[in-house]
Amino acid sequence: MKWAFHLCAFLVILPLFLIFFDLLIKGAKELRWTLLIDLPHPVGEPGGGIANGILGTVIITLLTMTWSVPMAVMCGIYLAEYGRGKFASAVRFAVDTLTGVPSIIMGIFGYILIVLPMKRFSAWAGAAALSMIFIPIVVRTTEDMLRTVPGTVREAALALGIEHWKATLFITVRTASAGILTGILLAMARIVGETAPLLFTTLGNQFWQTRLDQPMAAMPLQVFSYAISPYEDWHDKAWAGALVLITMVLLINIGARFLTREKR
Amino acid sequence: MESVFDIRDLSSWFGDHQVLKNIRMEIAKNSVTSVMGPSGCGKSTFIRCLNRMHDMTPGFRTEGEILLDGINVYSEQIDPVYLRRRVGMVFQQPNPFPRMSVFENVAVGLKLNGRKLSRADISEKVERSLVMAALWNEVKDHLNQSGVSLSGGQQQRLCIARALAVEPEVLLMDEPCSALDPMSTAKIEDLIEDLSEKYTIAVVTHNMQQAARISDQVAFFLMGELIEMDKSGKIFTNPSDKRTEQYITGRFG
Amino acid sequence: MATKSGRNPKDLAFEKASAFFAFAVLSLTVLLFAVLLRESLPALRKFGTSFLVTRTWDPVLDQYGALPFIYGTLVSSFLAVLIAVPLSVGAAIFINEFAPPWLKNPVSFLAELLAAIPSVIYGLWGIFVLVPILRDYFMKPVAKYLGWIPLFKGPAYGPSMLAAGVLLSIMIVPFILSVSREVLATVPQRQKEAVLSLGGTRWEMIRIVIGQHCIPGIFGATVLGLGRALGETMAVTMVIGNRPEIFFSLFQQGYSMAAVIANEFAEAGGLQLSSLILIGLLLFLVTFVVNLASKWILTKMVARASRGI
Repeated sequence: MKWAFHLCAFLVILPLFLIFFDLLIKGAKELRWTLLIDLPHPVGEPGGGIANGILGTVIITLLTMTWSVPMAVMCGIYLAEYGRGKFASAVRFAVDTLTGVPSIIMGIFGYILIVLPMKRFSAWAGAAALSMIFIPIVVRTTEDMLRTVPGTVREAALALGIEHWKATLFITVRTASAGILTGILLAMARIVGETAPLLFTTLGNQFWQTRLDQPMAAMPLQVFSYAISPYEDWHDKAWAGALVLITMVLLINIGARFLTREKR
Repeated sequence: MESVFDIRDLSSWFGDHQVLKNIRMEIAKNSVTSVMGPSGCGKSTFIRCLNRMHDMTPGFRTEGEILLDGINVYSEQIDPVYLRRRVGMVFQQPNPFPRMSVFENVAVGLKLNGRKLSRADISEKVERSLVMAALWNEVKDHLNQSGVSLSGGQQQRLCIARALAVEPEVLLMDEPCSALDPMSTAKIEDLIEDLSEKYTIAVVTHNMQQAARISDQVAFFLMGELIEMDKSGKIFTNPSDKRTEQYITGRFG
Repeated sequence: MATKSGRNPKDLAFEKASAFFAFAVLSLTVLLFAVLLRESLPALRKFGTSFLVTRTWDPVLDQYGALPFIYGTLVSSFLAVLIAVPLSVGAAIFINEFAPPWLKNPVSFLAELLAAIPSVIYGLWGIFVLVPILRDYFMKPVAKYLGWIPLFKGPAYGPSMLAAGVLLSIMIVPFILSVSREVLATVPQRQKEAVLSLGGTRWEMIRIVIGQHCIPGIFGATVLGLGRALGETMAVTMVIGNRPEIFFSLFQQGYSMAAVIANEFAEAGGLQLSSLILIGLLLFLVTFVVNLASKWILTKMVARASRGI
C-alpha cells in the first residue's frame, strides 16, 4: 500500500520537471541576445525580440510598487502595533478577502477606475490592478513579521527613553526588516508573472512605449499573444519569452529566500 | 545622605487586584539598593513603577507618589520618555537588539534621542559606555559583530552599556544575573559595585547572598508590602521584623 | 502586541498615519465591490436572475446569459479538485510519514515551486504539451472504445473541459498539499503510536488515526483548492477551447467565467460590458463565499487540534 503514496508524490512533482524541461529545451530554440534587445518583428520576419515587454514589465512593476509598498507596510504596521478592535478586524478581513479575489477581477477594477475615465488603456490602469494583488500579500507578511519581534525588544526600546513612534519604526520594524523585505519581493515576483489583470488595462504594445498614460507592453502579455497565435515561429518565441519570464520570477524568489537565510 | 527617589505611599493595582500596598522608602544617591522577596511579592512591579514601564500595560493604575528630585514621576509635568532617559533599566533576560551590531546596540539610544551628535561624538560615547560596562576589551575589535552573537554574560553587559550610553542617573536592574552562569554573575556584581560610584542603582534579586554582597541597603518585600528596609549588614544579621528573619532563614520563598 | 501610544503628539501622528493607510486598504476593498456592483447593474436590471440560467451569449442580438460559463467554471474546477485532492493528500502523507529525512525538504520545496509558476506559462505548456498528450494517449482511444458513454463522447480535438481540469489540478496541488501537511502534523503522536503498538500496520495507522482526525482539515484544504481553481484565468482559457456551449462530454470544449472576461472584455461596450462585469461580480461572490468557508473550516480544525482532540 505504501507505494500508492510514493506514486502520489511522484505525480505531484512530475509536472514541475516536465514544464521546466520544456521551457529549457523549447525556449532555448529562439533564445538569442536579440530576444532581449529587439522589438517584436511582424509575422514572417525572422528574429525580433521581447525587449519592450521586458522594459514594460519593469516599468509597470516599479510603478505599482511606488505606492503599494508604503501603503501596505504602513497598514501592516498599524495592524501589528496598534490594531485592536473592530476597525482592525475589518481591515484584516478586507485584506483576507482581497487575497482570494481572482486576478482578472482586479483587471476589471483597473478598467473601471482608470481606463474608463481616461478613455484609454494605460500603464497606470495596469498598475492599479496589480496593486490590488500586491498590497494584501505585503500587508499580511508585514504584520506577521512584526508579530515575530519579541516583546523584549519593544520593552528594551521603551526603557531607553525612545519615543514610541521612533521605537516602532527604527527598532521594531528594523528588526523585522529582512522578513518584510522578503514579503515585498515575493509579492513582486507574483505580479511580474500576472497576465489577466493587464489584458484590458495595459493592453500591450508592439513598440517601445514608456509613457505611463499609454498602452504598454509586458512580458506575460507577449507570451500569451504569441502562444495563442497561429504562427509556428511565434510559438517558439512564446517559449523563449516564457523562459525569460520564469527566470525573472525565480531570480526574485531566490533573492527573497536568500534574505531570510542570511542573518542566522 | 541625598536621596534620589522618595517613594510616598505608593499603591498599585492591576485591574482590581492590588499588587503594591503603601510603599514608603527612599533610595540614596550613588548607592546600591537591593529589592528582595519571594516570587510574587511585587518587587519587579515596584521597580517598574520607578521608570513608568507600566504605562503601556492596560488596566494598571497607581496611587501615591514617586518623587524624583522632588517631582512626582507620575505628574503631568513629566514626560515618561525623558524620565526613562534619566532612569535606565536592564532586564532579566539579556535583550540586545537583534539585527544590530554591538556598536549599533549601544549607539541606538543616542541616535534616536533627538540630540544631534556627530559620528565622532557617538563613537566616543559608545566606547565610554562599553568601558564602563567592562565589555570594551572583549569587543573593541569586533564592534560590527552582531549583538546577539555574544555570550549570555557579554550580552547582559552589552545591555548595561546600552543603558549607560544615554547617560542616566539611575540604573534599575531586574534580576540581571538570574539567567547567567556564576562567572558572568560575578563579573556583573563587580560591575555594579564600580558603577555605584557614579550611578544610583536598584537591583531586584531573589538571591540573598547576592543582595548581601553587592548592596548598601536592602528592601524586603512580601505580598506587595515593604516589610523592612535597612543597611544590608543589619538586615542579614539582625532583622527587625519576624517575617524578614523567616525569609532569610529559608522558612519560605 | 498592541500598545497605547504615548501622549506625545508625534506618536499620535504616526499612529494616525498608519491608521489612515489601513483605512485606505479597507476602502479599496469596499470600492472594488462597489464598482463591480454599479457597473453590472444595467445587465442585472435587464436580465435579472435569468442571467444565471440562460445559454445565449450573443453580442449581435445583445442577449447575454452566463450559464455556459458558470457550467464550465464549476465543472473544470470540480474536476481539478477531484484529481488534485487525492494526489495532494497522498503526497502529503508520503512527505510526513514515509519520506526519509533528506527527501522531505526537497520534495516540499519543489511542490512550492509549482505555485510560483505564472499561470500563462502553465497555459503555454498546456497548449503545446499537455493537450496533445491527453488527446493522443487518452482522449482519442477512450472516445473510440468508450465513446458511447456520454462523458467520453468524441470527437476529441484536444482543447477540452478535461484538459482544463487536469491543468487546473496541477496548479492547485501546491496549496492543497501545504495545508494537508499542516493538518497531518496536528495528529497527536500518542494516537499514532497507540495504533502501532497494538500491532497495526503503517497503513492501518494512517487509515484509522489520520483518516479520522484529518477529515475536516482535508475538507478545508479541498475547499481552499476549489477557491483557487474557480478564479484561474489564463491557463484555463488557453486549453478549454473557449466555446460558449454546454456539452456533457469532458472531451468537448467549454468556456469559463474568467476566460470569457479575459477574451471579450477589451473590445466590449454597453450591455455586453455590463454583462461581463456581472459575470465578474458573480465570480467575486462565489470565490468570496468559498474562501470564507475554507477559512472557517480550517480555523475550527486548528481550534480542535489545540484542544487536543
